Amino acid sequence: MIASVVVDKQTCFDLRSDIDVVAARRGVRDWARELGLTVLDLTKVVTAASELARNAIVHGGGGVMCLQIVRQAGRHGLRVTFQDHGPGISAIDAAMKDGYSTAGGMGIGLPGAKRLVDDFHLSSTPSNGTCVTIVRWKA
Amino acid sequence: MAVERIPILRMGTCLLVTIQVDMYDQLAIALQNDLSKAISERQTNCVLLDISALEIVDSFIGRMMANTAAIGRILGAETVVVGMQPAVAITLVELGLSLRGIHTALDVERGMALVERAAAARS
Repeated sequence: MIASVVVDKQTCFDLRSDIDVVAARRGVRDWARELGLTVLDLTKVVTAASELARNAIVHGGGGVMCLQIVRQAGRHGLRVTFQDHGPGISAIDAAMKDGYSTAGGMGIGLPGAKRLVDDFHLSSTPSNGTCVTIVRWKA
Repeated sequence: MAVERIPILRMGTCLLVTIQVDMYDQLAIALQNDLSKAISERQTNCVLLDISALEIVDSFIGRMMANTAAIGRILGAETVVVGMQPAVAITLVELGLSLRGIHTALDVERGMALVERAAAARS
């Protein structure tokens, strides 16, 4: 049986412009620090969040980022969810590969962000936009 | 609202840019443009980009640094990124951004020595 995940607290940030990415990043950093992540783990999760927040704005036409402190089977983690209002990703498999880009970028955002966290989940439909959830567990 | 600007100072024969604020995309683009202009106007052959205060470098900021170095090279200047935090370096590599073609140094002093050598080698 998989132990259920308990949410201890939550806060959300609007993602509308590149300035909002700064506030979102600061939020992730503050909660990662409060959780007691190492400097390296903190840097990784903040960087992943920065990529995903930008994706939500550039590709998803904006959205919302929610931060949660979660625990599961005695371990604690930082979970970050990005929900955008965009058209969804039509080619998820391709989008998860390095070098795939539809917006003239380098195409490392999604696969790169995935490498920086412990858990990564992406769901995308044309009607509900794209939702990415990442978790970094405290070592 | 006007985009704020990151100051570009002169240090010896080089230009020195110390990034001390949280970077966002418009600011990074403005810096790239300002720096390209400054290299040409102030006729320098070296640029030091001090990022020791940056807690993270994501793909956009990384690309800005790589672009700035590439533009600088075409205009005749070498760019050295100095002071990158170890956690930032590890994260950049895992992200998949190896920053090929960018010179790096641990601090401004070493960066200055490196960039002067690189500039001398070109001329």
